[in-house]
Amino acid sequence: MINEIIGVIMFLIGSIFMFLGALGLMRMPDLYNRLQAGTKATTLGIIFTILGLGIYYPEIIFKAILIVLFILMSNPVSSSTLARSAYKKGIKYYEKTINEVEDICLK
Amino acid sequence: MTIMIIISAVFIILAVILTFIRFLIGPTVYDRIAALDVLTLITTVIIVVLAVNYKQKIFMDVAIVYSLLSFIGVIAFARFMEKKIDQ
Repeated sequence: MINEIIGVIMFLIGSIFMFLGALGLMRMPDLYNRLQAGTKATTLGIIFTILGLGIYYPEIIFKAILIVLFILMSNPVSSSTLARSAYKKGIKYYEKTINEVEDICLK
Repeated sequence: MTIMIIISAVFIILAVILTFIRFLIGPTVYDRIAALDVLTLITTVIIVVLAVNYKQKIFMDVAIVYSLLSFIGVIAFARFMEKKIDQ
């Protein structure tokens, strides 16, 4: 009984974090802000939802931990590669962004 | 407890709708790839929910392979767009 309550509360927290990540992906003004909001919050939401389901149904907890570990390793790598590719291609910043290397050190 | 599951389902559906709007209106290609990444992650959660709903343990393997293909897809798109400027 207690594991069902903990699992449902963790699933609710994770779904709220996924909604906040999607809202940040919709509302942020810039590609890099969008990547930051849409990747970090969604990773936390994935961890909470899948571990909540694994606590609610204890027979799938091993594969749930496996999925969470794989996403925890792979998602920052894909976000970093995407931001590096966009920076090399020269995507414009938001106008209030200060790039310390190009705007301050090289002047 | 059913109320909380319904609220979670509403939040997940709203997340899918907002991400799909960004996928449609994204100004650059990278916005669309980031939205595709978030959509595949939400789809992984939905596959796990289907696995515990239909009591099929084989769907968990489908979720593992789906997250693997999402990672490889994003890496391939990013490297392809990066190589394209050199030519």
